[in-house]
Amino acid sequence: MPLVLPPSVLGFYLLVAFSPQHGVGKWLLNTFNIQFVFSFQGLVLASVIYSMPFMIGPIKSALQQLPQSLAQASYTLGKSEQETFIRVLLPNIKPSLLTAIVLTFAHTLGEFGVVLMIGGNIPNVTRVASIAVYDSVENMDYGAANIYSLILFCITFVMVIAVFIFNKTHAKSPLE
Amino acid sequence: MIRINIEKKLKAYSGQEWLKIAQEFANGSITKVYGPSGAGKTTFLKIIAGLITPEKGVITVDDITWLNTSLTQNLSPQKRMTGFVFQNYALFPNMTVQQHLEYASNDAQWIQYLLIIGKLETLADHKPEHLSGGQQQRLAILRAIAIKPKLLLMDEPFSALDQKMKSVLIKELKLLFDELKMTVLIVTHNPQELDGLTSLELSIPGN
Repeated sequence: MPLVLPPSVLGFYLLVAFSPQHGVGKWLLNTFNIQFVFSFQGLVLASVIYSMPFMIGPIKSALQQLPQSLAQASYTLGKSEQETFIRVLLPNIKPSLLTAIVLTFAHTLGEFGVVLMIGGNIPNVTRVASIAVYDSVENMDYGAANIYSLILFCITFVMVIAVFIFNKTHAKSPLE
Repeated sequence: MIRINIEKKLKAYSGQEWLKIAQEFANGSITKVYGPSGAGKTTFLKIIAGLITPEKGVITVDDITWLNTSLTQNLSPQKRMTGFVFQNYALFPNMTVQQHLEYASNDAQWIQYLLIIGKLETLADHKPEHLSGGQQQRLAILRAIAIKPKLLLMDEPFSALDQKMKSVLIKELKLLFDELKMTVLIVTHNPQELDGLTSLELSIPGN
């Protein structure tokens, strides 16, 4: 669902759900003293929910591409499902795992709608780089916007190149 | 004594077919299972190992019930601990030859012994992708034997080996089977293969 929902809609619902005035948000505040709205924790939680499908999708399809007999062989050796997953399945989808982690991170880094909704762009608390770019442009401060943008550009560029190189040198389908 | 009486629906090109097998295997016997492609030989082995559940059936091994569909008893593959040699070997791409055997067994001496009879001792730190087809097949056999199973199920285990390697390995395996008192089922599509190794035959006719 988070994959197809407009980010601002998801952000809005999370904002309503975690509002400290009522329901879940009130309960969280009273029992654990946690407030997810307009806080950094909330921003992290919302980003996790929003970006989860970008992580789960590639990992699931990579696991499905592994021959079924790998897990079966491990079971006949007496290994549990958990041990099979950790020692046999996960190590054999390493390239997909890495790609998923990096792309999800990059995706989260650039998140705007959800973060703005639940975080509220509070300086030094919930203002993230992608919102800072927008803010600077709004204030006609093109110099600052340029710096923020350049930093984001460099980080994502380096990550994509790194994944590309890694997959080129290490990735080999287990079926080959 | 292993008693098997199973019925499993097979999806075949011509529609649905039933695989029906009722058979007993004495402890320590070595049986050749043969039949045409698609007859259900691999399915039969996987049913015994617990990897596939048949529609109807009972499997008992030394008076322990592994499967009884009418009582909804079904022992997991982990508890059955059959040695299984897969037709496609099912080697783990992330593990070396040595690690494969260590994954199956903690006994270092036993692992060393297996490496020697499989002639893989010089390749112990190689991963499967750097092994030849025959070497991969030997590793798959060794990994299955490493758990010292009471029941060993082998699906076309010698298909990638040349004649010389095959007869040497079969000789070694026969000694091991006797020593460990293993009951062995070997699937093959070629009834002439394995003469001298197996004492019993089970034909799965197909439809």
